[in-house]
Amino acid sequence: MRCRVCTSRAAVEVRRHNAAFCRDHFIDHVVRQVERTIHEFDMFDHTDRLVIGVSGGKDSLALWDILHRLGYRCEGIYLDLGIDAYSTESGEYIERFVKERDLILRVVDLQDAYGFTIPQAAESTRRSPCSACGLSKRYILNEEALKGGYDALVMGHNLDDEAATLFSNVLNWSVEYLARQKVVLPASDGLVKKVKPLVRVAERETAAYAVLSGIDYEVEECPMVAGNTVNRMKEWMALLEHRSPGVTQHFLGGFYKVGSFDAAPPVLRSCESCGRPTTGERCAFCRLQELATRS
Amino acid sequence: MKVILRHPRREVTVGAPTTVDRMLKTLDIVPETVLVIRGSDLLTRDSLLAVDDTVEVRPVISGG
Repeated sequence: MRCRVCTSRAAVEVRRHNAAFCRDHFIDHVVRQVERTIHEFDMFDHTDRLVIGVSGGKDSLALWDILHRLGYRCEGIYLDLGIDAYSTESGEYIERFVKERDLILRVVDLQDAYGFTIPQAAESTRRSPCSACGLSKRYILNEEALKGGYDALVMGHNLDDEAATLFSNVLNWSVEYLARQKVVLPASDGLVKKVKPLVRVAERETAAYAVLSGIDYEVEECPMVAGNTVNRMKEWMALLEHRSPGVTQHFLGGFYKVGSFDAAPPVLRSCESCGRPTTGERCAFCRLQELATRS
Repeated sequence: MKVILRHPRREVTVGAPTTVDRMLKTLDIVPETVLVIRGSDLLTRDSLLAVDDTVEVRPVISGG
């Protein structure tokens, strides 16, 4: 197989584009896809101060590397979830990445800052570990981004993440979630602007980008991920993509073109404990924290 | 040919010579869910694999 641009030996085939690329041209291709997405959705510009939530995995590190290449001012936040050796190892990958590129990283230790770990939260509540983790990440990354005065919080959700979430939301007809599934979530009272510049890059492509760019990342899966719904959706969608290359991008792209699902926006009030926006008296994170720290 | 698989990490032997495409079919792996790596090279599905090769089949699907 040959590179579409220079005809040298290809390293990566992108079947949905009916193309293959050598190392250098694949890296160019991915960087251009991200740059195009940033401009098309008017996400941010070079004057903005950005912060990216990094996990030590391929997506967030690849995206940070791309933003760095493109000259954006982007710092990172790593949330140590307290998942034993997995969290320690993930943090080490990030530290090496940051050191090699001379970037700025803020580390928040969930146990030190909030008094619990994800395994403790999963044990003390009826939530699955992934649900407790997702809730904690959303809350704390927003908090840190607000505290740091950043213009936008950058998330490493890729094409397959977003398509799998859409698939799940459609299967369940979760109209409220569909109404909130956007590439750019504008800032509002107590909520920082959130953007997803990787939505045109498939998960396999972010992994290939990381390998070809020499980014060492956490390859092992989180030990608490068993039964994760989004992963199951991704496996199903991978079968569809294998049979019909491009179907994932058409599915997600079509959703963005259709526009929004009309769902009455929830009535928000301030959480009695932390003051952040919530639909109830106390926000889900404060309730999770109370249960997880109850001795 | 030696094939390194992950989640959990293990090694299996697959008959060679073959291609990446046929090797993945033999192992019943959907190509869209993995990268195939030999040394520091990524391999496309038509790449030839020799008897003395060692390749890693690295999953790309991860939770978030």
